[in-house]
Amino acid sequence: MTRVPAVHHTPRSQTVLGGSPTEKALKRFLEGIPGVDTVGAEARAAGFNTRSIKTSSKIWGLNTIISMVDLTTLEGADTPGKVRTLAKKATMPDPLDLSAPSVAAVCVYGDMVAETKAALGDWHISQRPDGVSVAAVATAFPSGRASLPVKIMDTEFAVAEGADEIDMVIDRGAFLAGKVSLVFDQIVQVKEACKRPDGSYAHLKVILETGELATLDNVRRASWLAILAGADFIKTSTGKVQPAATLPVTTTMLEVIRDWHAMTGEQIGMKPAGGIRASKDALRYLVAVAETVGEEWLTPDLFRFGASSLLNDVVMQRQKMITGHYSGPDYVSVD
Amino acid sequence: MARLSIPKTYKLYIGGKFPRSESGHTFEVVTPQGKFLANAAKASRKDARDAVASARSAQAGFAGLTAYNRGQILYRIAEVLEGRRDQFVDEIRASEGVNAQAAARQVEHAIDTWVWYAGFADKYAQVAGNGNPVAGPYFNLSTPEATGVVVALAPAGAKGESLLGLSAVLAPIMTSGNATVLLAHPTQPLSAISFAEVLATSDVPAGVVNILTGDPEPLMPWLAAHADVNALDLSGGSASDWVAWQSDAAETLKRVVPPTVGIPARSLERIVAFTETKTVWHTKALG
Amino acid sequence: MSFLDYAPAPESTAILNLQKSYGLFIGGEFVDGHGSSFATISPSTEKAITTVAEATEADIDRAVAAARKAYDKTWSRMSGSERGKYLFRIARILQERSRELAVAESLDNGKPIRETRDVDIPLVAAWFFYYAGWADKLDYAGLGPNPQALGVAAQIIPWNFPLLMLAWKIAPALAAGNTVVLKPAETTPLTALLFAEICQQAELPAGVVNIVTGAGKTGAALVAHPDINKVAFTGSTPVGRRIAQTLAGSSTRVTLELGGKGANIIFEDAAIDQAIEGVVSGIFFNQGHVCCAGSRLLVQENIHDDVVSRLQRRLSTLRLGDPLDKNTDIGAVNSKAQLARITELANSGDDEGAHRWSAACEIPSKGFWFPPTVFTDVHTSHRIAREEIFGPVLSVMTFRTPDEAVAKANNTPYGLSAGIWTEKASRMLAIADKLRAGVIWANTFNKFDPASPFGGYKESGYGREGGRQGLFPYLESSGWTKGGR
Repeated sequence: MTRVPAVHHTPRSQTVLGGSPTEKALKRFLEGIPGVDTVGAEARAAGFNTRSIKTSSKIWGLNTIISMVDLTTLEGADTPGKVRTLAKKATMPDPLDLSAPSVAAVCVYGDMVAETKAALGDWHISQRPDGVSVAAVATAFPSGRASLPVKIMDTEFAVAEGADEIDMVIDRGAFLAGKVSLVFDQIVQVKEACKRPDGSYAHLKVILETGELATLDNVRRASWLAILAGADFIKTSTGKVQPAATLPVTTTMLEVIRDWHAMTGEQIGMKPAGGIRASKDALRYLVAVAETVGEEWLTPDLFRFGASSLLNDVVMQRQKMITGHYSGPDYVSVD
Repeated sequence: MARLSIPKTYKLYIGGKFPRSESGHTFEVVTPQGKFLANAAKASRKDARDAVASARSAQAGFAGLTAYNRGQILYRIAEVLEGRRDQFVDEIRASEGVNAQAAARQVEHAIDTWVWYAGFADKYAQVAGNGNPVAGPYFNLSTPEATGVVVALAPAGAKGESLLGLSAVLAPIMTSGNATVLLAHPTQPLSAISFAEVLATSDVPAGVVNILTGDPEPLMPWLAAHADVNALDLSGGSASDWVAWQSDAAETLKRVVPPTVGIPARSLERIVAFTETKTVWHTKALG
Repeated sequence: MSFLDYAPAPESTAILNLQKSYGLFIGGEFVDGHGSSFATISPSTEKAITTVAEATEADIDRAVAAARKAYDKTWSRMSGSERGKYLFRIARILQERSRELAVAESLDNGKPIRETRDVDIPLVAAWFFYYAGWADKLDYAGLGPNPQALGVAAQIIPWNFPLLMLAWKIAPALAAGNTVVLKPAETTPLTALLFAEICQQAELPAGVVNIVTGAGKTGAALVAHPDINKVAFTGSTPVGRRIAQTLAGSSTRVTLELGGKGANIIFEDAAIDQAIEGVVSGIFFNQGHVCCAGSRLLVQENIHDDVVSRLQRRLSTLRLGDPLDKNTDIGAVNSKAQLARITELANSGDDEGAHRWSAACEIPSKGFWFPPTVFTDVHTSHRIAREEIFGPVLSVMTFRTPDEAVAKANNTPYGLSAGIWTEKASRMLAIADKLRAGVIWANTFNKFDPASPFGGYKESGYGREGGRQGLFPYLESSGWTKGGR
């Protein structure tokens, strides 16, 4: 793999910065972005929590949430057996109701991609439009602390194994140390590594690890940076660090997506991951999306939930709406 | 045949739980006439160390609550104590040998003390803090904040009055958001542990108050010198060699409130004694 | 179905246990009034809720006498600690019955249940909790040792935050040792009457609180009564002026909380999304029926277009409709009369050349409604820049420099509130220094707390409610010499 020179143009960075994306230019651009008042941002998020989603809105919401889940297992102890069980669950989340939608994707480590894809079989996205994709984490997930060649190779391997989507992590150390062009450049190169022989690209989600960025100002800036560098989706967290996804962080990121769309007409996706366990919370995220960036984003093409235990809770809530009584853990599958 | 009662086991109160002393030691609690009442836990210096650790871990969260919230918690203590009035009256009669009327008066006085301080939680900063009109283009604001972890020796009245005594020192310490390690009355500790039950059911976060029973004398030198304790309330120390403790405390420059005779009265001063005043400046300019 | 058309999520009124009619609350009991009774209606459906009595001069006489007796015989002889305990009890009962009160308030006033549930009623309880704690600590109020209550306070409150305005009046008055006769607004008497029931549940001594319902005439009779020591009024500036004139020369103490035309100032470096939220909550929540509403937006000229488009986008997600639906953001205008006033002033905006934009809202067929409206191209001489509209209408003007922002913000006979949006703290503090307004919100808006004093400069009135300063209107220091007749 040839070493590529630092700091590439992207079509987006050209649009926004004009000239070449030097460290200085990127920094100046990011610093010029309006700040976020955290108290106000949290108050807005609390406002989403007061929306009461009932009856027809609720069932639509629950079905939508299921269709947006990236069903995830990212453990050292993952085995072929584990991922096969998860893949099966992805295609039939509710053992009592086969009409429940399938999830958006199964998310695994790169070395489990082939197994996962095989387990999905006819249900893979390549076989049917409502099928399930395979997403792989890459770039020395979750810490991102490895050399760039290693991160590139990690990505290329997952793509070669058949991953439809890549969830990469940014270099938070570089970001916090102010080396924004380094962060930018890594994303650009990982995006290149998503390229397949036929010229198509695996879909790139960029994980900001907002819990480590600490401030909403940083979240705002990192979102812009990731979009300029070529992200298809921006994602909150690896789920391995607390705090993971929160409504204020998600709203801040959605606002950037909204502003990018207003500026360029381009639609970037968003994925909160980690810490969303209850249907009630997930419904609030749908409200946040609809009221911040618009209902058009309420589709798996533009919004995903990175979750594992959320799915069962949503299925149980859905069961309650259909049967009229509260459900329990015995009526959903263990994965 | 009369029904056999179930005597209560009196343990320590640390970190929101009721553990026995790690030493396994207990001591006999008796009535003024010498009749056996209970074997209460005898706290060791390791228990004291654990109590300080638990107070420290709870303190930032407690101080971080809104003052309104803290006031609500202290008022809840009063409510729950009022609800358990009879329990305390019985215990006080047995422990202190006083009649029902005197016992009831003590409990009522204790309840009213909690209400008084509850009502000050969201106000004392308005009286003890203020903007300062400095001679320059600066915003300048002084606010009193909780000092941190306080070790308090519960004072006694003429006939004991251990419930009132502990209330008189604990409430003002809690008002601003400090966490406390309280050393109960050495020979009349039962009200203190029953009071811990009130704390445990009054929305007081675990670790905000920790209560040690037994002999304070061997524990105090350790607590007075403990580098992670910010202040000592020696109100209950008049009968002891408290000057030695104050001297021990000087090593880490703790704030020390010296002993009182009898039970201290309610005052703003007692709240402020366990606070630090923080003054913030900021420039002001139109351009 | 669009997800944003959230399915109905109604709060049930089954929790209410209303009487078919209510009398006056005098001397601890509900008694018949001598005037004719009148209905109070729900402004969202125009249906009647219940009937209430109109208090005549004779009724006012009775009420003041009851308050005076309670003051002389009971309340002034009671220790502060005991007075405080009654207030704590009331606070607790308010918390216990909070959902019921929220539903009643939304029904009678027209404001969304989410607001009454999450803002109004919690603040009501908090106000009583706060002042309960002052009752036995008056020596610390800052008026020297042993300050004295005034006696009987006559209190008149408006319709925009009925129970909250009642709390702002009654809590400090009682804590300071006064007894009260309070008249709620004629369109929103319901929660005041439920409050009277709560006083009974708390076993408050008879006559300490008296509630007399009625309209302008009742209020005027109350203010003119010879045996009151204090008048506290919240309402329109014209009525406030009349009260001040009526009481000129008398020893009756007066505090007034009147209208406003608050300026929300957005600088170029503001945290823009939060500033938009602040503008929206400043003028559109509570349907703009807020004396301290941020009804003028002063935006730095170089960000004007961006701010206006963001504002319009945000306003299009607001939901107008049934106040008892938990997803409603904008409720009904409180009365037909108020709707007419808002409409007239908004029309003047068109006539004078400003540019009107309204959020697209489905307006229900019954009830009184006005959609969130933004006027741009507004100038300082326009009526909509100067007069209080008291409705969901925002007037947008620009400024170039901080000095100009200050000059425009202060260019009004009112002086109640202002908002400042900038990330630069030194500028924010300097602007706050220069604004002639009693409440200044920086990077936030419409925040209320019982510990925080509220009140106006200039024609927005005088006196403060909330905080330590909120006690002053109800006390006099031991050394204060009385003047007047």
